[in-house]
Amino acid sequence: MLAYFLKRLLATIPIALGVTVVSFLLVYIAPGDPLNAIAPADAPAEVISALRATYGLDRPMPVRYGLWLERALHGDLGASIASGRSVVSEVLAAVSNTLLLAGMAAAVGVTLGCVLGALAGYRVGSSIDRVASAVSVVGVSVPHYWLGLVLTIVFSVKLGWLPAMGAGPGDSEGWAWDMAHLRHLVLPAATLCVIPMGIITRTVRALVADTLNQEFVVSLRARGLPASRIFRHVAKNAAPTVLAVTGLQVGYLMGGSILVETVFAWPGTGFLLNTAIFQRDIPLLQGTILVLCLFFVVLNLFVDMLQPWFDPRIARA
Amino acid sequence: MALPDIGGPAQPLLSVTGLRKHFALPGGLLKRNAAKVRAVDGVSFTVAKGETLGVVGESGCGKSTTARLVARLIEPDAGELVFDGQAVGAQTGLALKDFRRSLQMVFQDAYASLNPRMPVAEAVAYGPQVHGMPAPAARQRAHDLLARVGLAPAVFAHRYPHELSGGQRQRVNIARALAFEPRLLILDESVAALDKSVQAQVLNLLQELKAERGLTYLFISHDLHVVHYLADRVMVMYLGIVVETGPVEALYRTPRHPYTKALLSAVPSLDPARRTRQSPLAGDPPNPVDPPSGCRFRDRCTLAQARCAVEVPALRQSTTGHWAACHFDEGLA
Amino acid sequence: MNTAMAAVTLIDPAPAVAAAPGRSYWGLVLRQLRRDPVAMTAAIVLLLLVAAALLAPWISPADPYKASMLKRLLPPGSPGHWLGTDELGRDMLTRLIYGGRMSLVIGVVPVLAAFVIGTGIGLVAGYVGGWVNMAIMRTLDVFYAFPSVLLAVAIAGALGPGMSNSMIALTMVFIPQVVRVAESVTTQVRHLDYVDAARLSGDSALGIIRHHVLGNVIGPVFVYATGLVSVSMILASGLSFLGLGVKPPEPEWGLMLNTLRSAIYSQPLLAALPGAMIFVTSMAFNLLADGIRSAMDIKR
Repeated sequence: MLAYFLKRLLATIPIALGVTVVSFLLVYIAPGDPLNAIAPADAPAEVISALRATYGLDRPMPVRYGLWLERALHGDLGASIASGRSVVSEVLAAVSNTLLLAGMAAAVGVTLGCVLGALAGYRVGSSIDRVASAVSVVGVSVPHYWLGLVLTIVFSVKLGWLPAMGAGPGDSEGWAWDMAHLRHLVLPAATLCVIPMGIITRTVRALVADTLNQEFVVSLRARGLPASRIFRHVAKNAAPTVLAVTGLQVGYLMGGSILVETVFAWPGTGFLLNTAIFQRDIPLLQGTILVLCLFFVVLNLFVDMLQPWFDPRIARA
Repeated sequence: MALPDIGGPAQPLLSVTGLRKHFALPGGLLKRNAAKVRAVDGVSFTVAKGETLGVVGESGCGKSTTARLVARLIEPDAGELVFDGQAVGAQTGLALKDFRRSLQMVFQDAYASLNPRMPVAEAVAYGPQVHGMPAPAARQRAHDLLARVGLAPAVFAHRYPHELSGGQRQRVNIARALAFEPRLLILDESVAALDKSVQAQVLNLLQELKAERGLTYLFISHDLHVVHYLADRVMVMYLGIVVETGPVEALYRTPRHPYTKALLSAVPSLDPARRTRQSPLAGDPPNPVDPPSGCRFRDRCTLAQARCAVEVPALRQSTTGHWAACHFDEGLA
Repeated sequence: MNTAMAAVTLIDPAPAVAAAPGRSYWGLVLRQLRRDPVAMTAAIVLLLLVAAALLAPWISPADPYKASMLKRLLPPGSPGHWLGTDELGRDMLTRLIYGGRMSLVIGVVPVLAAFVIGTGIGLVAGYVGGWVNMAIMRTLDVFYAFPSVLLAVAIAGALGPGMSNSMIALTMVFIPQVVRVAESVTTQVRHLDYVDAARLSGDSALGIIRHHVLGNVIGPVFVYATGLVSVSMILASGLSFLGLGVKPPEPEWGLMLNTLRSAIYSQPLLAALPGAMIFVTSMAFNLLADGIRSAMDIKR
């Protein structure tokens, strides 16, 4: 087992490194001199050369990358051009908000998805199966940013039950688990949860139906095993895949929350990314992308590490 | 399209010397420490023109790997291949593409051997087209061959593999191999997956084709009955090496190697006088990664002695054309 | 024993039905598909949408760019404007029809490009194997480490707004995914006996790939790609929604959702319409893709 862990860890390092390279280079694929975004157009020559030096724009690309990486490893991702605050603090504040949103959405979506999918898998072809299929198709087909708007229209504009925007009083700084704040979480989370719900419903339904059809289940049933025990077998068989998909979904929600966060002005990393793009805030952009992607990589690694607990075959392979 | 005979009837069609192939096992942090499966470990034999050489042995003895090495589907680690006097793949010898016209193979899994998206006539016509035959002529040849193997072109030419039975698919494979007009045909467990009745038909077809076209066969099988029926000479393999080789009747009647003896006595017989009472083989099945020192068969051999662990027995000729690799060959009769 | 075997001559139990010539694999898939009501409905909806997009200049009641400050945000059902007008007084129905053109193109083209490029790379990686395979797949692993929305936004953000830029961004997001599927299938096919038999024929690697491998790889990759179209549409419109895709005053559903956002208080129905179109189209693609997948499954 240890060999498996080490191999996965070793395999992740070049990927993480690659991620840093791509994150760094991404902002430079834009046409034009990045300096134009930082300095005003009519700035005097000394100011421009000073800015160039500060941001290391006069050095060759690999050197720039090396310096940036070295600083990053020390926890310094530079300062946001727009706000002046350190990128790390901005990103961390935003990450906690997105984590909250994504976590809630994933929890709700995966739970509902598992329940619906399991019901459908047990009763293939019935009306509940059709409902589940409909839910999963809708879940993957609906543009979630539009869904957010629709939910806003219904629950905020028309009914006035829930707020349309923001994360509550204190916005990105202070989150508390109270009604004032939770009210703001409901709509964004509800919007975001349809994606994992759709995918998990489909996945679980297929897994459950498949497992129930397998010969070992038929033989267990024939020997009179109660349904609850059979369910444990089904759950154990389905767990590795569901775990893997959930992990991917959480990562996807973390990285892909930008659209929903834009709709609800939720102060998370997506919102931050949006701002950084339009203000061409290079350090903030690089930092945000880097943190989000590394998070995704670590999450995948974590999911991979957990797999052998559920499916011992994996560690041996 | 067939390549002409070069050396005359006395020259062996195929001469294999010192064939070796080791497969590295996955795993181990460093490639250097990886264990190797010694699938084929120094195999040499010849196949005379017009004969059928049967290759027998248990699963894992290296028969199929040998076949694939001879067909050059995998590259050997060491060894030389001489086809009708010309070294295969060498600068001055036979080019690989020409070799491909002279030697063809029929695999065991009839279904996996056929492209599921190709109608069978097209599959048969593909080979000649690769070697420059224009499409209409290739198609005609395909139809003729399908007819020859017993599949009426009007019915079968445009069928897909999943629309044929196992025996029919194998016939298509034979037709496909014959489309090249090869001189040597390797049959790798080609009838093993077929029902007995279908097996009989295919074997008879193979006999007829051999006589008609002057073919030479390398017939690999684990079924000793079938080999007895088809082969002129037999080669017995064990753990990647040849332990005995000789004319079929002589080998079956008076096997000289303990392993051959064990194999033959394990074959079920209806004759009460020939039934085995005692297991001829002792010990555990071998591990191809770490074969025993000296004679590889010694830990299952009832005749094993101290000498067998030290000295590797060489293939020695006991009677004309009958070779065995055992220290106690003279003792066996 | 010899004589016994020689004497056996049984009749091969083969069905004597003559197979119809010219029957192709895809023809069978199509026939299977026709029997699926859900997939057929989806196909018809898509056909209507595509037709509307193609015939836009002839079937639209108005000019999609013609603004009118007096007629802003008229509700659906207003005289002369069946679906109302947008925030600049342009006819909604016209804008939606023209928007369909852009959205369909931005949705389908990246998937098509990724399909072609991705299959090519996957075939090479899968067939050649060895270190070439490792080099290609490890490089793509890095891109695979980015969640697709993030990568699309990052690339589009870096390249700047514009239709072609967002199509490039989306193509780059999808290529690693397609390559993964193509390489996996190619590696499986590569080890099947019929590829060995093809190698025995002496054909070149390119010839073998063309005649034997490609046909068997395209199927699963195509199925995967059809599932990508709806994702592509949603992402593309999402990019426009963020201001990273199509630029105003072009009509595109995602962009329209963005510009109509402030109208959710006064004319909510109007504000929701463009998104509804994306939803319907995306769902139709998904249902059709599901149908195609089922139809291909049965044949297997």
